[in-house]
Amino acid sequence: MSEKISGAEMFVKSLEKEGVEVIFGYPGGTVLPIYDKLYDANFKHVLPHHEQGGIHAADGYARSTGRVGVTIATSGPGATNLVTGLATAYMDSVPLVAFTGQVPSHMLGTDAFQEADITGISMPITKHNYLVKDVKELPRIIKEAFHIAQTGRPGPVLVDIPKDMMVLEAEFSYPEKVDLRGYKPNYEGHPLQIKTAAQKINQAEKPVFYAGGGVIISNASQELRELAEKAKIPVTTTLTGLGSFDEHNELSLGMLGMHGSTEANMAISNADLIIAVGCRFDDRVTGKLEEFAPEAEIIHIDIDPAEVGKRVSIDVPIVGDVKSILQDLEEKVNAKKNNGWGKKIKEWQEMDCRQCEDVGEQGRLSPRPIIEEIDRLTSGDAYIVTEVGQHQMWAAQFFKYNRPRQFITSGGLGTMGYGFPASIGVQVGNEDEEVFLLAGEGSLQMNIQELATVAKNDLPVKIIIFNNHYLGMVRQWQEMFMDKRYSSTCMSKTIDCPPHCSSPGEDCPEMVPDFVKLAAAYGIKAEIITEPEEIKPALKRARAEEGPYLLDFQIEVEENVFPMVPPGGSLYEMILEEESQ
Amino acid sequence: MKHTVAVKVANEAGVLARIASLFSRRGFNIESLSVGQTEREDVSRITLVVCGNKKDLEQLEKQLNKQVIVYKVSNITNDPAVNRSMALIKVKANYSTRSEIIQIVDVFRGEIVDVANDSVMVEVTGDEGKINAMEELLDPYGIIELVRTGKIAMTRGKK
Repeated sequence: MSEKISGAEMFVKSLEKEGVEVIFGYPGGTVLPIYDKLYDANFKHVLPHHEQGGIHAADGYARSTGRVGVTIATSGPGATNLVTGLATAYMDSVPLVAFTGQVPSHMLGTDAFQEADITGISMPITKHNYLVKDVKELPRIIKEAFHIAQTGRPGPVLVDIPKDMMVLEAEFSYPEKVDLRGYKPNYEGHPLQIKTAAQKINQAEKPVFYAGGGVIISNASQELRELAEKAKIPVTTTLTGLGSFDEHNELSLGMLGMHGSTEANMAISNADLIIAVGCRFDDRVTGKLEEFAPEAEIIHIDIDPAEVGKRVSIDVPIVGDVKSILQDLEEKVNAKKNNGWGKKIKEWQEMDCRQCEDVGEQGRLSPRPIIEEIDRLTSGDAYIVTEVGQHQMWAAQFFKYNRPRQFITSGGLGTMGYGFPASIGVQVGNEDEEVFLLAGEGSLQMNIQELATVAKNDLPVKIIIFNNHYLGMVRQWQEMFMDKRYSSTCMSKTIDCPPHCSSPGEDCPEMVPDFVKLAAAYGIKAEIITEPEEIKPALKRARAEEGPYLLDFQIEVEENVFPMVPPGGSLYEMILEEESQ
Repeated sequence: MKHTVAVKVANEAGVLARIASLFSRRGFNIESLSVGQTEREDVSRITLVVCGNKKDLEQLEKQLNKQVIVYKVSNITNDPAVNRSMALIKVKANYSTRSEIIQIVDVFRGEIVDVANDSVMVEVTGDEGKINAMEELLDPYGIIELVRTGKIAMTRGKK
């Protein structure tokens, strides 16, 4: 009979068995017994400065490494601060295990101090969750949580542990295997469906791949490339699919959807066959659903049966692991020298009209050269992490991604405040790699407290602010669809400004905060950049710095993201540039 | 169209909350739901009656199947099956009407389970149509209170 150990010790041992190398966690009353054991644990603990920062960091770690991200928070407010992070990870299928402390079992349901029903709250935004009711079950639950998080379609799993479960003792044995009666993901595609799909691909004249984040999650980039190159099929990717297909490849069409490239959206709209891989026909991708790919038959490959046929009816559904299905398809698909697209895609590419100027109309910086300079200086190899908004779309459009897991962004939930903490997780998981955070001044301030985490851990994240003094994407919609009524989107606006103002200009108040001074308060080097000729030298200085560095680029105030499919519009009805409105 | 869906789930705390939360957030329209233990102590069975078209039902079944605590989902709408629900009906009854009511109940193979001075309580089991018919016939006497269970169903024969 083995020795009895406490639940807190079991927790540490179980995580060691899972090969966890780092956890992002924030202590508190109900997790004290676990924190006492973490004090001597063999894996690393990173302390964020808000639980939301912790879970986004675990998410960034998971997306960039492909491993399970682990976070821990205390009960009540600690647990509720995880909610946005769980929803973010759930939407983008990120493998996370979140542990929360809970009030002791005998106090559950009594509105005890710092009690919140986090299993109830997180039910719709987790793949599964647990409330530990018997310390003997803790190892099995942890084993299952890690299994569920990373198999099938990955997602976040929450384990709520009452404080007494950390103190009570039991014999510890970590299960080798998981047997869940109600959870058996299917990995193999149906052979008949694969055969039908291969026939359709062989017959198609104008096929297009529409690749999503599932290609990255399934580690299927190589299979996608081999199949696309063999059958000469152009590839467009979703926002979360960026990097699944090298954008330098001549078959790459870039991103599709609301802010997708002209060639991607036109190819989808004119295709006779869409091969949708690891994606879910999000409304930002499809535009007006009835007019999405009007002439095409659709093959949909995904591991989640519930995604197949959810929004679009599918001609050839194939449920299973993207990687193995693409391998099977490759054997059955004929090699082609060219496809029926001819010069069409080239013509659409030439319609590209996206801002190439160094300076905008107001003499402030244009975002495109900044992103292209980062691409050039890092030979396209840096990790690019973004917040949410205009800068996110520019990052998607102007950086040429060459490998999976390189572009880290909150796609489905569109979480402002995600990027900065996520960049911490990316840097922790990839110590020797360059990590650039591309942020708006709005999003960055949603988790600005993480400057302390970056500073104290000397994480060399390069923070690049695209500062237009506006919540730019919302302002763009107000400009285009609401008569320039800039309601609550101006970041410089003070109590002394007129209540209505649609004309930002020289007399506007200085924006707070002064990011350079703010960074200095944390001991982080920073510069404000206003001149185009300063872009390159400033980026070089940032890269040369061994620690973190912040660059506050003052960009054009009323710059917009184009092309744009207006909300509810069809993909082929893109607004290409300012003048054409 | 109405569908009957049988769902085998883990018999543990929180399962009904998970299913209810799923229906509410995905906008599925549940007409009735009944849940109880099965021949196995660790398995419960939920019988759902839901309204929707073929596509809605397909999504509902797939979303249910995604739940870790769901073991099996079967749409048994078109299978030969025994469908049952039960109703308790309290009807006004006096000296002159009581025997008529008892006759009606007998015809429906229901039972009088309680008799008071001015009312009787009727228990009736059967498919939806039978219970509706019973309700209609008792209505003229004055229904004081009525409670119905959700439907339970089982396919006939081997299936």
